[in-house]
Amino acid sequence: MNLAFHGTADDKPRLPGSLHVNRMLSQWLEFSAEGFVTARPGKVELGQGILTALSQIVAEELDVALARVRLLPATTGTSPNEAVTSGSLSVQESGMALRHASADARGIFLSVISQRSGVSPEDIRVEDGAFIGPAGPLGSYWELAGQGLLEAEASPDARPKAPGARRLAGTSQPRLDLPAKLFGQGRFIHDLRLPGMLHARMIRPPAPGATLIDLAPTDARLVRDGGFLAVLAATEAEAERAAGRLRPRWSPGTGLPENTEAWLRAAPGEDSVVEARGETAPATITREFHRPYFTHASVGLCCAVALWEGATVQVWSHTQGPYNLRADLAKALKLPPENIVVRHAEGAGCYGHNGADDVALDAALCARAVPGTPVRALWTRAEELAYGPQSPAMLVRVEATTDEAGLITHWASHVRSNGHSGRPGRGAVATLLAAPWIEGGQPMPASINPPVAGGGGAQRNAIPGYDFPNLYVGLTRITDMPIRTSALRGLGALIHVWAIESVMDELAERAGMDPVEYRLRHLSDPRARVVLEKAADMAGWPGEGMGVAVARYKNLGAWCAVVARVEAEERVRCRHLWIAADMGEVINPDGAVNQLEGGALHGVSVALHERTRHDGTRIISDSWAEYPVLRFADVPAVTTALIQRPDERPLGAGEASMAPAIAAIAGGIFSALGTRPRRLPFTPENL
Amino acid sequence: MSFSLNGAEVSLPGGTSLLLALREYGLNGPKLGCGEEACGACHVLVDGVSLPSCALPVEAVAGKSVTTLEGLGSAEHPHPLQTAFLEEQAGQCAYCLSGIMISAAALLARGPRPSEAAVREALQPHLCRCHSHNRILRAVMRAIA
Repeated sequence: MNLAFHGTADDKPRLPGSLHVNRMLSQWLEFSAEGFVTARPGKVELGQGILTALSQIVAEELDVALARVRLLPATTGTSPNEAVTSGSLSVQESGMALRHASADARGIFLSVISQRSGVSPEDIRVEDGAFIGPAGPLGSYWELAGQGLLEAEASPDARPKAPGARRLAGTSQPRLDLPAKLFGQGRFIHDLRLPGMLHARMIRPPAPGATLIDLAPTDARLVRDGGFLAVLAATEAEAERAAGRLRPRWSPGTGLPENTEAWLRAAPGEDSVVEARGETAPATITREFHRPYFTHASVGLCCAVALWEGATVQVWSHTQGPYNLRADLAKALKLPPENIVVRHAEGAGCYGHNGADDVALDAALCARAVPGTPVRALWTRAEELAYGPQSPAMLVRVEATTDEAGLITHWASHVRSNGHSGRPGRGAVATLLAAPWIEGGQPMPASINPPVAGGGGAQRNAIPGYDFPNLYVGLTRITDMPIRTSALRGLGALIHVWAIESVMDELAERAGMDPVEYRLRHLSDPRARVVLEKAADMAGWPGEGMGVAVARYKNLGAWCAVVARVEAEERVRCRHLWIAADMGEVINPDGAVNQLEGGALHGVSVALHERTRHDGTRIISDSWAEYPVLRFADVPAVTTALIQRPDERPLGAGEASMAPAIAAIAGGIFSALGTRPRRLPFTPENL
Repeated sequence: MSFSLNGAEVSLPGGTSLLLALREYGLNGPKLGCGEEACGACHVLVDGVSLPSCALPVEAVAGKSVTTLEGLGSAEHPHPLQTAFLEEQAGQCAYCLSGIMISAAALLARGPRPSEAAVREALQPHLCRCHSHNRILRAVMRAIA
């Protein structure tokens, strides 16, 4: 949920997506006399293919060839503020803004050309940017470029094309950014090499709460601000060596819980009611579900480049939210936001709020020591796994009551968890890793949860999509935060969909019903029924080792059902996933399938492999050996079906399949082993 | 340290890993992902063998032939793997793909059509956290065909 955090221009006529809060057409689009159109989305490429989808939308509405569309990376000050690229919302927020703005722009140019030529607008068609009347060409976008025609607020009256008239949106166009990445053409932030650039490596406190006591003299180029320590060098290799030679002494840390599950039960927090309707009743069954901390574990390392000139700083960053990052850099650096420019540069996939923002502050702090010289800060694998935000450990209790037929009459659940969002730019205190350590820094605020209307955090998908007459969902947001937590793909949905679907399976068994049939008996949502029946049909349900799950992501987004087939020998392996998803209008079907499959396989990794491990002082899973993830040998086959609905709102593909995949694997484990998993990951020790 | 890099003789300073030497030289293909030979992002061909370059001293390749992503092919003259990866749209963020294509190229150069199982085995050192594995497997199989 982004716009809710960003505020809205409430007295203005409603405009689609982020256009409502960035209303000038010139903020989004610019035509050039050379024959191309520049679009400036505030959303950023994370490997999800959003730049391609947005280009398709622009080309579609303007009636220009796709190759004429150029997208600029989001930059504070010049790009519209679209908050954060998260929540599977980029097509809804940026895409719908660009669709409307492009339709409006086309209308403006059509009107000008019609008036100038005397040809009625109905008699003019647009072909690859040229406006053509009955007697021939009348003008073009390119000819009228630079005349200020887009210096206007978008009109609510603009009308994008009807779904049936689209020729580009809804087709599988190849990714625009992929060729450069396949040929090593330097498109990643890691490839940015500015003249005279120095390299920085940071030296971190060994445990949360540890403070710097002293530091032996060193010949390294040291940057120190309070407890923030880094070294600068002309090359990466020298920076690594210099960092390895430093011998800081740190105080002991403040300690981590020895037993996460016991801590989750006892830690203090704020209680709230997520949803309540009807009455409560004695439970027929009560079940508990636990998940550990796990983390983003991007293959790429977090990286940023910063350059100070006077009292201003430019920062190149693979942040998900350039303006949000700028806000927290301003707090930490005690600068007005106008003195900071954040320029997006593409990184590796992040899968949520990883260290991308943190390393930007590291780079800015390092570069402040050498004004006029650019500094590139790069994390290590250990920082990536142990110092970036973690997806919080969680505990969910479900109580369900059934009638004589075994159907559910009452459902109650309660979740205990840290907040799932520690993103920058949203509070009074900076949430960047180094912010508390620097001179005058304030303690890291406890992470929060977005409201349910914005998709929720710990409570995301806690409300079942089934027709339960009586429902209670409670939440305790734990306010102690021994390990820094924030958003990871799916957020709370990963445990809730599993918990809900596990109890549905168990109650189906008690009622003597097939799990799919039992779900359908409780499911009036027609789009949920379609994806569930489709996935079951594709998989040839039922079958040995099969499990099934269905959910509507965030209760607001795409519907997705997954059937998993697992085999259990000395450990559990997932062999096949069948995915059916309905995300309304699909801009790029191949991109959507790629996202759905990626999300589901990410679910396999979380279900069977991933766990952040810590002892009483620090996170110890700080290498790939200590933090295993899914690799090629264990990747299952995936079969995916899109239920395309071009007349419906687009709903996002990136996160919808991950939670159902985890839940379906849990169901498959019961089918194969007769054991219902209660703890993630589903490793032999947890089964 | 003198060696052949993508077909040209080069001399790079020693005392560092091959990966950092290559990146300092200006190449973008090989990527740092861990520095502990565990993720595959930094693989290069050394005399035709796919090896992690992040912990390999540059001295170890003296007199040998090193090939990076840039040496496989270019936009104008793509390697069959690069063509196949584009045709299959085999990737998301693509950070891992340089190393993956290097290992696939080594496998392809070894001889007659490898099975899918052999492709998986060759790619086992490589992580893809966007989870585009199945597309990557399809792309390698397509390049073989």
